[in-house]
Amino acid sequence: MHFSLRHSVALAALACAGFGFISSADAKTFKWANSGDVSSMDPYARQETFLLTFNSNIYDPLIRRDKDLKLEPALATKWGQTDPTTWFFDIRPGVKFHDGTPLTADDVVFSLNRANGPGSNMGSNFVSVKEIKKVGDLRVEVTTKYPDPLLADKWAALGMMSKAWAEKNNALNSADMTKNEENFATRNAMGTGPFMLKERRAGEKTILVANPNWWDKPVHNLTEVIFTPVANPATRVAALKAGDIDMTYEVPPADTESLKRDANIKVLEGPETRVVFLGFDQERPELLESNVKGKNPFKDKKVREAIHRSIDVDAIKRTVMRGQSFPTNLMVAPGINGYMKDLDKRPALLKPEEAKKMLADAGYPNGFETGMDCPNDRYVNDEKICQAVVAMLAKIGIKVNLRAQTRNLYFAKILRKADLSPGDTSFYMLGWSPAQTYDVHNVFEALIQTPNKTTKKGQFNAGGYSNPALDKLADAMEQETDKAKRDAMIKEATKLYVDDFAYVPLHQQAVVWAARKNVDLVQPADNSFPLRFVTVK
Amino acid sequence: MLAFILRRILQSSAVLLAVGLVAFSLFRYVGDPVNAMVGQDTTMEERDALREKLGLNDPAPVQFFHFIANAARGNFGLSYRTSEPVGRLILERVPATLELSFCAAVFVLFVGVPMGVYTGLYPRHWSSRLLQAVSLIGISLPTFLIGILLILVFAVTLHWLPSFGRGDTVKVGWWVTNFLTVSGLKALILPAITLGLFQLTLIMRLVRSEMLEVMRTEYIKFARARGLTNRAINFGHALKNTLVPVITVAGLQLGSLIAFAVVTETVFAWPGVGQLFIQSVQFSDIPVMAAYLLLIGLFFVLVNLIVDLLYFAVDPRLRSQGGGARVGGH
Repeated sequence: MHFSLRHSVALAALACAGFGFISSADAKTFKWANSGDVSSMDPYARQETFLLTFNSNIYDPLIRRDKDLKLEPALATKWGQTDPTTWFFDIRPGVKFHDGTPLTADDVVFSLNRANGPGSNMGSNFVSVKEIKKVGDLRVEVTTKYPDPLLADKWAALGMMSKAWAEKNNALNSADMTKNEENFATRNAMGTGPFMLKERRAGEKTILVANPNWWDKPVHNLTEVIFTPVANPATRVAALKAGDIDMTYEVPPADTESLKRDANIKVLEGPETRVVFLGFDQERPELLESNVKGKNPFKDKKVREAIHRSIDVDAIKRTVMRGQSFPTNLMVAPGINGYMKDLDKRPALLKPEEAKKMLADAGYPNGFETGMDCPNDRYVNDEKICQAVVAMLAKIGIKVNLRAQTRNLYFAKILRKADLSPGDTSFYMLGWSPAQTYDVHNVFEALIQTPNKTTKKGQFNAGGYSNPALDKLADAMEQETDKAKRDAMIKEATKLYVDDFAYVPLHQQAVVWAARKNVDLVQPADNSFPLRFVTVK
Repeated sequence: MLAFILRRILQSSAVLLAVGLVAFSLFRYVGDPVNAMVGQDTTMEERDALREKLGLNDPAPVQFFHFIANAARGNFGLSYRTSEPVGRLILERVPATLELSFCAAVFVLFVGVPMGVYTGLYPRHWSSRLLQAVSLIGISLPTFLIGILLILVFAVTLHWLPSFGRGDTVKVGWWVTNFLTVSGLKALILPAITLGLFQLTLIMRLVRSEMLEVMRTEYIKFARARGLTNRAINFGHALKNTLVPVITVAGLQLGSLIAFAVVTETVFAWPGVGQLFIQSVQFSDIPVMAAYLLLIGLFFVLVNLIVDLLYFAVDPRLRSQGGGARVGGH
């Protein structure tokens, strides 16, 4: 052991002499950290915001979102519908992949089919698609089974991959988890994006370099980007203060104040598009975990109203969230198409005696007891929010037995089963953002419509809220291409679930980022982090 | 000797199998990986189909059998989280953990043993008492707190050392090493101290009490009567006779240095197997967890085997008896 120590010190001394690292003055290296690693370099490996937006630095989509989440041309210069079931995409001429080969309609058709193919996690973007075909070197046509006004919105996250590269490296499909085969595209990348993958060490660091031949004029001034996953929040904060990283996201609420006091650091806060809400089991004739037998108190609108109007979201914002939340009464957030600002008003809070009276009128003069499920590592302060709700409901005579657990156990318990039978919960917390379409219809379809095995609606309506009038409106808005008519439908449907007290929307949590003072960046509300807007002074 | 080694290897495989079986029966308590593997909008039907294909609906013994059957052919499957081969994922992380544990062990032995000898020889001196008191910190403060404190002092305030990560590394064959760059060596210092501090205290105290014991024995008095130098007595006679228990404990502790690196690696974002394990637990990444637990089991088994063999080298009485049968009984 002694020998090897001496040995390695000698080697290290040699190394110091030999491997001098030279950095040029105008090379701008940007180092940043997040709590977890991006799980794959394959842009279709997982439908998850972090993976999609990280890989969009390497893989350009056809259509991308700007700072305000509005669509703008990227690899497609023009797109639209020639008839209700036919879409066209005109490909930008002169675009080159990182290896210098030109982008053509073949690559686009290949990429879209790959995203809809085996192993890909993006299949739900292609439900309406009948056929994707090339109709010229720079034009792709898509026919749909029914009118799908949201096709372009859905595809704004899909990166375009080189067909020749994928063929050469046998990466025609995304990695198939059920086969024990490695996939080249998991570790390597070939897109047209503003950055090129230089080195990928999963779980350790990922190094990107600027693409000098990018088709767009870069806003960023970076030459190199080093991303490191740093799981421990205290270490991330310390690394930022020490200047070892230039930017981090997912700043723990407890550290925000101390970072704001640091003269070298700026903190960016904005609302996230995800809404965190509480749901009730309104489906079972009798709750799984309750002292009320023979009936289900949550089926009664009066009970739901009493609970809704006894939960003080502003108090939760002040105490639990330390100001970092944006209370809401709707299931979608500003920035999402279909958010109705004039309907986003929470009804007045009830005094405990008023709420108790409301419960008594519903037949529960002594309140009742119910179980509640809550994750403890999914949303910001999720467990603490639930604890606050438990305390607030205790005041009106409802005894809530809280079970908080890790997300892998939590979701397996509360989500609906494969046959769409209800999840094992009476009262639960969930967060949702229509991350594919940025449109309210996704929320209606997934969370609010009646669960239905045949139509596959209401997959995440864990408590089984059901309103036939709303179901009809939601189905109609799916295919309605006239914007004014569609907006009227959205408004009507929104009113229905608000008046029914179908859910208790709580808030949007804040997206909190922190960066060194010399870094300029853009913070979109979908919690994506596009490197193309980053400048380092 | 050979028979002894063979017997130990047989025992070890039984231990590893048991570790694997226990691990698989515990995995259902870490939750369901499928909800984390798929996108938000994946239907429940598709989720269940994936669960079925991955064999997650099978009972634990069946899953374990499939795992062992594949592992025996050197195939540990794909990680649910990163879809990379588990074998390579772990192999890539092993150098980081081994280098960190090695540095921590060097720190423990080269600081802990001299400190133990010193406090053993001069038990009443004020500096011994000070060392004893300070070393209590190593035992009483939790590792993550020590790590964060060191980061705050040496990275945030003094800017001497990096706050996290491995720094610049050099690839030698498939082994990625820290030892060949300045920033790599600097990056090792804080995590190695954090990881070693607990063991340092332990070794120091052990050596101290053994030294106190040995210094009272007759043969030390004879050695002094023979007029040997202090150096020869203290190190040649006294220290050597304290070594058998120290090697046992140090060997076991080396195993736990590797296993406990989990916390240190998380605090310092050190890309070793421990960090990989934590990431995998959060994701219920069963193939990685299973392979990691087997690997750690293997480490412990190997370290124990080496410790047993070291006894032969250190204790002449065992050599003269020639057999190894009694050795395994510690």
